[in-house]
Amino acid sequence: MALLTVDELSVTFTARGRRDVTAVSGVSFDVAQGEVVGLVGESGCGKSVTSLALMGLLPRKGVRLGGVADFDGTDLLTLSPSRMRDLRGRQLAMIFQDPLSSLNPVVPIGVQVTEILARHRGMKGERARKEAASLLDRVGIPDPDRRLREYPHQLSGGMRQRALIAMAVACAPRLLIADEPTTALDVTIQAQILELLRELVDQEGTALLMITHDLGVVAGLCDRVNVLYAGKVVEAAERRPLFSDPAHPYAHGLLGSIPRLDAPRGQPLHPIRGSINDTIAWADGCAFAPRCDHYTLECLEGTPALGELAGAAGPGHLVRCVNPVRDSSDLHTPLLEAPVMDASAEGDDEAPSPGTSAATSADTSVDTSSDTSSDTAPDAGAEPAAEPVADTDGASGGAPGKDTPA
Amino acid sequence: MGSPVSNTPNHPDDRDAPETPGTPELSGTPAVPHQAEAPAPVEGERTRRASRKVDRIDRLAELTARRETTTGAGLWVEAFRRLRTSKMAIIGACIIAVFVVLAIIGPWIAPYSPTAQSWRGEVFPNRGLFVGPRGENWLGLDHLGRDVFSRMLVGARQTLMVGVVATLIGFTVGALIGGVSGAALVLGGRAGQRIDAVIMRFIDMMLALPSLLLAVSIAAVMGQSLTTVMIAVGVVQIPIFARLLRGAMLAQGGSDYVLAARALGVRRRRIVMAHVVPNSLSPVIVQATLALATAIIEAAALSFLGLGNPDAAQPEWGVMLAQAQRFFDQAPMLAVYPAVGIIITALGFTLLGEAMREALDPKLRS
Amino acid sequence: MLRLIVRRLLQLIPTLVGLSVLLFIWLHRLPGGPTAALLGERATEADRRQAEALLGLDQPLWVQYGRFLRRLVELDLGTSIRTGRPVWEEFTMRFPATVELALAAMFLAILIGVPLGYFAARRRGGWLDIGAVTGSLIGICIPVFFLAFLLKEVFAVVLGWFPSVGRQSTGINATDVTGFHVLDGLLTGEWDASADALWHLVLPAMALSSIPLAIITRMTRASVLEVLQEDYVRTAESKGLHQRVVRLRHVMRNALLPVVTAIGLLTGGLLSGAVLTETVFSWGGIGSFIRDAIDGRDYPVLMGFILFIALIYVLINLLVDLAYSVIDPRVRVH
Repeated sequence: MALLTVDELSVTFTARGRRDVTAVSGVSFDVAQGEVVGLVGESGCGKSVTSLALMGLLPRKGVRLGGVADFDGTDLLTLSPSRMRDLRGRQLAMIFQDPLSSLNPVVPIGVQVTEILARHRGMKGERARKEAASLLDRVGIPDPDRRLREYPHQLSGGMRQRALIAMAVACAPRLLIADEPTTALDVTIQAQILELLRELVDQEGTALLMITHDLGVVAGLCDRVNVLYAGKVVEAAERRPLFSDPAHPYAHGLLGSIPRLDAPRGQPLHPIRGSINDTIAWADGCAFAPRCDHYTLECLEGTPALGELAGAAGPGHLVRCVNPVRDSSDLHTPLLEAPVMDASAEGDDEAPSPGTSAATSADTSVDTSSDTSSDTAPDAGAEPAAEPVADTDGASGGAPGKDTPA
Repeated sequence: MGSPVSNTPNHPDDRDAPETPGTPELSGTPAVPHQAEAPAPVEGERTRRASRKVDRIDRLAELTARRETTTGAGLWVEAFRRLRTSKMAIIGACIIAVFVVLAIIGPWIAPYSPTAQSWRGEVFPNRGLFVGPRGENWLGLDHLGRDVFSRMLVGARQTLMVGVVATLIGFTVGALIGGVSGAALVLGGRAGQRIDAVIMRFIDMMLALPSLLLAVSIAAVMGQSLTTVMIAVGVVQIPIFARLLRGAMLAQGGSDYVLAARALGVRRRRIVMAHVVPNSLSPVIVQATLALATAIIEAAALSFLGLGNPDAAQPEWGVMLAQAQRFFDQAPMLAVYPAVGIIITALGFTLLGEAMREALDPKLRS
Repeated sequence: MLRLIVRRLLQLIPTLVGLSVLLFIWLHRLPGGPTAALLGERATEADRRQAEALLGLDQPLWVQYGRFLRRLVELDLGTSIRTGRPVWEEFTMRFPATVELALAAMFLAILIGVPLGYFAARRRGGWLDIGAVTGSLIGICIPVFFLAFLLKEVFAVVLGWFPSVGRQSTGINATDVTGFHVLDGLLTGEWDASADALWHLVLPAMALSSIPLAIITRMTRASVLEVLQEDYVRTAESKGLHQRVVRLRHVMRNALLPVVTAIGLLTGGLLSGAVLTETVFSWGGIGSFIRDAIDGRDYPVLMGFILFIALIYVLINLLVDLAYSVIDPRVRVH
């Protein structure tokens, strides 16, 4: 039994005199205790709205919610505001994207940490302060007693995010939602924060819902991944099959958009055309069709269903596509550059996940290496596969060097 | 699927072109450059696939068009579009329109002379005898037996003139000072900073004076006349306009696009004239609209303090209001008419100004 | 903190010097020259010559300016033409009345404006919001003196609920301690005197508060609306804090920052408004004194008043700056 079961969640913004805008339409996924689940997609695909809906942080006026979000037997979507208030911070906690704007600039850090202790754990005065100091210490903030007296602007970016994490985990919540927690941070800090989150999940068994557009973060942290597009899950799979055999053209395209160190020089990226605004209504067909390279007329006949991928390596690989990508090698390498394709396709076959994850852009490689150390053997095997290619490439010699120390 | 075309990132403008780049059939379209000629398919095959393709494209285009798309209109165009839907702006604009029309045609449609004391014998202020609204005189008579309705109509022009001229003075001088100061600062250099500092000290000094007192001191030097009122009210606005324009220019000067223009080697003077000033004007224009309201009210206050236009031949709402205060106990309506006129007019300018401010505020734009 | 105060005070010097230059020029540009300010309009040519010789007006301008400046520093603002008493004395005598009125008006404006703006923002688009926005727009557009007349006519003359003029009813012999009548009553235990003074204060304070009230309401509303969108409010909500804590600690503390600045800027307008309001209600403060000075072309009084007001305005803004640096840690000097 999963801790959180989201079933057909839909969020529609209604404003008088304007058309209703459906930001999320029928998103379903599960998060189990101790599991890290990723929600991945471009900005505007509805991933943040999903998290806010789960936290009950969307305004009550002008928003219509649908579906069920079952959190250990209670439906988060229909809970009364005061019950939700009791739940938030204690059982459900959230970490936001921009640590500076997410902290109150005129209130000392200490107060911002202790107020949640006072609210949910009844701690006051010296006891609360001590606990706050130990929380800051736990998330790796040095000299916590001094930091408690300081204001957000006196802290560095990474420290602010740590402080926010300290607040989020202050009451040992059962579900932690992290909305792009590393986007606003420097690369090195990103890795540290992800490491911290990983630790917290491992130690406490907290379920983590990770919302991100960064596939490097997904590769390093998530157990299961849901790819969102225009308010719907278009593909859901375990991390490994998703990275090796992305079946939806969008997921495929996302992976193709990542610069790879092992790609030969001059080989162009495979960006997805257009932007998330080039879309059609799901009711009319696949919203991705306008950007899809091989849509057919069937794609434009109503919403494609989210179904088990035929011929998937394992169960639980769901895809919402009429004609999913069968052979993932074709998008990775253009037909015209056949020689390269062969080499790369070989690598894909043998160690598929690392082929993409370990060789993502320079800024995500740090994350993935932290993943390799803690996780699996094939990943480690991928490193040498990636490095020789990069090493022969004189110009990018600095990049692998960046890779190794981390 | 993998023709070279699909590898080149599409220019955003191309994306609504119906063809799917990268498909061999369409690679002949002039918009799509092609390095390698795709092998031509068999004739029958080609038509069959082409017709299906046309279907697909038509269908997709149809569905895409159904979605609401916002075009990237310019700041002012967009602001105007939003103004048209704003109730505040419409009410404000209507009030202003009526007021301006009255100010123009007022003297011609006024039924009587605004200065002739035609009914002098019917009004006895000393005994508290006044004549209220009647068929002959719609708004009654004032303390000298003049037709209030005619005076209101004719007075609209003077009132508008005071407001407009005063605001123009404040706007022109203020924008000039603020512009010089802002330009000096943006154009950079230590000298620029120094010029700015000196000007701003002066502006702060002017701001430190209560507006009324500033007006009073000017009136004291210049004597009592309509020009005095206009100048006095206008001068009060100078520091506000100056500060606003300078502040906006400073913000623009620090923005990324100015930095980018500088990095591209655009001459600083050109940056200021072509980018910084035009982009900084919107708060100043909003302020000008609001200042029209303030100017009319301030002018009334000056009249109340006995510094207004002494020329009885030129009725003006502020002066009418000031004169009527003396008889407030016996004939309050004499004060109410011009007061309501002033309030409604000021409200019109304020409404429009506020609506403009909202329409131009990038933070509020959705 | 002390260094900040000293630095700000030093920054005042150029402003005040510049102002004195302006005043000096102004005095010389007056119709009839600077002697008119001392002798009044009815002075004869002979009087003027005599005064000019006496005042050293035949000396170079910079000498004259130095003399003028020294007098200013010694708070010698000259003598009122109408009353024949030193201007400085006239001011200090009347000052408490004006301060009392201005404080009452500001108090009223903050007391009503801040909560009104807050609730208008919370229920954006509701009837309270529409009412508050409309009300504040009208409040800005009503000439203060007309509002004063209207209030006086309706509530004092017609309804008789409040006294129409003055600061005190005749027959009440209040002890004068500070010059603030309401405070005096409280200090000496003369409750009836205090209540009576308060009674007199209501209408003028209401009239005078119209513009600050309108501006504070609008600013609070706009500011709260902006803060409600801030990420840290969402963070506070995500922590499940009680609504009261979120509102006071996270919304209001931030939303009031710009309002505090506005209060400083409003004082200038408040003093202008005081001139008008005091005239209507025959309030014995500086305002009505100035009104009479304007009528009687009492230039020394006007000049003194301008300098006096500028000083007060600058000092209040200094206070606001200091207060601001206490409330907002980001501008605190370390």
